[in-house]
Amino acid sequence: MSKNFQSRLDTVLGWTLALGMVLALYMAFIQAPRETTMGDLQRIFYFHVPAGITGMTAFAVNFVASLMFVIRRNRRWDQLALSAAEVGVMFFIIVLVTGPIWAKPAWFVWWTWSPRLTLSLVLCLLYVAYLLIRNYVEDPERRALIAAVFGIIAFADAPMVWFSIRWWRDHHPGPMLETGGLSPSMRPAFWVCWVVFQILLIYLLRRRYYLESMRGEMEQLERQADAAR
Amino acid sequence: MTKIWAVFRKDLLIELRTKDTLNSMLFFGVVVLVVFSFAMESLRDTIRTAVPGILWVAFAFSGTLGLNRMFAAEKENGCLQGLLMVPVDRGAIYFGKMLAASVFMLICEAIIFVFCLVFFNITVWGEIPWLVLVFLIGTLGFTAVGTLLSAIAVNTKLREVLLPVILFPVILPVLVNAVEATGIILNSPDYQLLRLPLTVMTVFTLVFVTISYLLFEHVLED
Repeated sequence: MSKNFQSRLDTVLGWTLALGMVLALYMAFIQAPRETTMGDLQRIFYFHVPAGITGMTAFAVNFVASLMFVIRRNRRWDQLALSAAEVGVMFFIIVLVTGPIWAKPAWFVWWTWSPRLTLSLVLCLLYVAYLLIRNYVEDPERRALIAAVFGIIAFADAPMVWFSIRWWRDHHPGPMLETGGLSPSMRPAFWVCWVVFQILLIYLLRRRYYLESMRGEMEQLERQADAAR
Repeated sequence: MTKIWAVFRKDLLIELRTKDTLNSMLFFGVVVLVVFSFAMESLRDTIRTAVPGILWVAFAFSGTLGLNRMFAAEKENGCLQGLLMVPVDRGAIYFGKMLAASVFMLICEAIIFVFCLVFFNITVWGEIPWLVLVFLIGTLGFTAVGTLLSAIAVNTKLREVLLPVILFPVILPVLVNAVEATGIILNSPDYQLLRLPLTVMTVFTLVFVTISYLLFEHVLED
């Protein structure tokens, strides 16, 4: 794709996002009905759940990109994997911050060690570890390969973390969407927020990837300059 | 098979002659027990319920110490290059290293466990075969991914510091289930409950042995 098209796509995405966010705020705070037992507190759900799903999507992107890097050894996959891990950690920080804000009034505790909470925290730790490893390997080729290996391990670990903590008592509200527990009047707001978060993910991934590929180019030019000297 | 055995024998021989790693692993494990017995002072009457957790923290800490040395000594002496130049499948190196690490850990676990029995005043006889089974599967799971991550950590600037940081989040499923299983053996007569944690630990071990076997050569590559 031409550079022109890419930058036009970014402009379109950026504007869609700007309008979408205003719409999402309107839907979540004004259009969606007030929940009967929890009151306005429930509105945090429109940001908490989509952020979690989006974070998971980012980690899945990291896994695929890591796998592709090991197979293809193309730097672009590594740059995508790094971007996805960073963006994913950011979304999970949103989840881990909004969660306790909701839990304190609803459950009267900031935190409990229920499976979902534990999994979110462990996932966050795993990908922070992924970012840490990258900092401590100097050679770019090795860094990419080692990070890719860890990315694959981290994603393979996630389901097992989930199953191993599953039989503990779970306080966390069940998956509302599958069981149809979410009232139909709240669904539009939820889906709008979900879509906006996914667009945000795509936008951030693209920008971060762009930055990383420029950084890669810089590194290469620097090495060429060193070699020429 | 003979190649795996050769790597395994080499590591075992070095360890038997120097005993550096084993001694520090063992000592550290016992120190962790002592620290916990002070930290858990208020739980003295119900300590039996806390013992599985204490035990596995001690195992995991001493195991991390051992894993750190798996590649460090070779890296320092430049032997890793030599090992990589040997025309064998890198998978054989992985399995040899993993088995050696498991044996070191199991030796330490046996001794730490005896200390634990004495310190926390616990009597076991009939439970021993079950405990051996849990220790064995737990240790294999630990070293399966630990050996790979140790090879990763040794190639970074931080080395020893990085391993626990990247190992513990990954190893969590094994630790959770091992603690659960040990708790069932020590405190509950219903051994049917063991099936679930043992299954998860076994699946974890198999998955990570496979992944590590596939990826190990990429980690060591120069």
